[in-house]
Amino acid sequence: MYTTDLSGKKAKPEAAITENPAKLAAFEARVAADEFIEPKDWMPEAYRKTLIRQISQHAHSEIVGMLPEGNWITRAPNLRRKAILLAKVQDEAGHGLYLYCAAETLGVSRDEMTEALLSGKAKYSTIFNYPTLTWADIGAIGWLVDGAAIMNQVPLQRTSYGPYARAMVRICKEESFHQRQGYEIMMHLAAGTDAQKRMAQDALDRWWWPSLMMFGPPDDKSPNTEQSMRWRIKRDTNDELRQKFVDITAPQAEAIGLSVPDPALKWNETRGAYDFGDVDWEEFYAVVRGEGPVAKERNQARVKAWENGAWVREAARVHAEKRANAKIAAE
Amino acid sequence: MDSALPPLAAYAARLGDDSLILGQRLGEWCGHAPALEVDLSLSNVALDLIGQATHFLGLAGAIEGAGRDADKLAFHRDVMDFSNCLLVEQPNGDFAQTIARQFLFSNYQALLFEQMAQVKDERFAPIAAKALKEVKYHATLASDWVVRLGDGTDESKTRMVAGLNWMWRFADELFVMDDVDAAAIANGAGVDKAALRAAWDARIDAVLAEATLARPAARRPIVGGRVGRHSEHLGHVLSAMQFLQRAYPGANW
Repeated sequence: MYTTDLSGKKAKPEAAITENPAKLAAFEARVAADEFIEPKDWMPEAYRKTLIRQISQHAHSEIVGMLPEGNWITRAPNLRRKAILLAKVQDEAGHGLYLYCAAETLGVSRDEMTEALLSGKAKYSTIFNYPTLTWADIGAIGWLVDGAAIMNQVPLQRTSYGPYARAMVRICKEESFHQRQGYEIMMHLAAGTDAQKRMAQDALDRWWWPSLMMFGPPDDKSPNTEQSMRWRIKRDTNDELRQKFVDITAPQAEAIGLSVPDPALKWNETRGAYDFGDVDWEEFYAVVRGEGPVAKERNQARVKAWENGAWVREAARVHAEKRANAKIAAE
Repeated sequence: MDSALPPLAAYAARLGDDSLILGQRLGEWCGHAPALEVDLSLSNVALDLIGQATHFLGLAGAIEGAGRDADKLAFHRDVMDFSNCLLVEQPNGDFAQTIARQFLFSNYQALLFEQMAQVKDERFAPIAAKALKEVKYHATLASDWVVRLGDGTDESKTRMVAGLNWMWRFADELFVMDDVDAAAIANGAGVDKAALRAAWDARIDAVLAEATLARPAARRPIVGGRVGRHSEHLGHVLSAMQFLQRAYPGANW
């Protein structure tokens, strides 16, 4: 998921123009032929920058995304759910790790990316700035948030940058398990007691619109989409993916007796797709600016983990150095 | 200890409770660890422990034969019926304190399961054999961190010493034997825990030496977990863990 461009600014157009025209043409031909670009290959600077921004934003989203779900590990309702949730959050940490590694192949270090996250300079998916209030939120996140993530990520398995595409293959397999377990939680709740049904409906009410926002601004307000599609960093537009998500998810809600909180949602026979209401883009941009309901809590949690862990990372570094020196001395 | 449980079920419940409560504690770290790799390893250990708890508590319920399954035992008993050792319910504290707890416990659990994997009872032995592979990794992971932190910086050493000091008073309880242990041994399911002590001491001392740390001074042991006399911490652990089952009685999740 989490691959939406949240920069909101149009990348400078001269970036590509100032590159060596012959190299640029060869690069574009390779991309157009669906070849993978590898770390040592020549690439335009704007391509590298866009990828760093997108992959690191994706990695940060995995890491920050551990917090709303981690919030329920100690309170999971039974041992099976606890084990599944632990495994899921562990997967997210693993995804973060592969993605940081993929971004590192583009010449940025994990520490630099972490600093950018903690300082607020780097963005992450807006969805994680909403709180998880009840157990049903864990179901809703798996079903909707991971469901939206899959929509975004499946095409990225064919993204033009090799290390990113390969990370995506692995991540997609796990995300589909995440989506299924989330839907299964919702199914249980929706078929449960009145209190559980209420919990499930309330979670859907709160997570539906933020999930639609995950695909990013409408196409006419997404300045970098065209360039990213031409370079095959991105393979579908935001609106196309959003439509696909609604088309798949709305019947799933209906199947378990939950109502999507959108009075305008209606199957359109002519289009062969659902019509749906307008997303509150003002809220979206506010969350992107860092004004989401729990944005401060999320940032504080990451900063605290990083600062409280500084002595541990330092100890590990010093210890490794001592060991290396002792080995040299012994040789 | 749950007085309603027959001895062999109580024995299984002790094993399950140890794993459950420690798994629950480690779950608190998720998303807050010092590095991404540590987040991965701690949640991995937690996941193993929750798996062990599921098996042992399931076995306890099956032996009891009163229709209680692992979830019923985990989510519907109060403090006085939990029989985990005091060590595993201790707060995470800083990373060194968490590692100290894991180091003392996983080295004990590895020795315990090595023996239990060979007992005659065909219910206990396979669970222990499967868990042994996991627990050996937990012990290695924790021991490696004790060495890194002990022989790292001045600060990490100070913290590692403090973490060990916090946990050390609960180590003796791991090896205490009582009637439940005796009954389990008589039934071909139990392990003589007192006999594990020397091997445990040797392992702990070897790691501490490598970590350039002194063995904490012997002190009066604090015991009672096995018979339901816990620290104040356990009630809070349970109140978070059992919240949903208590708030929505009879619901299926």
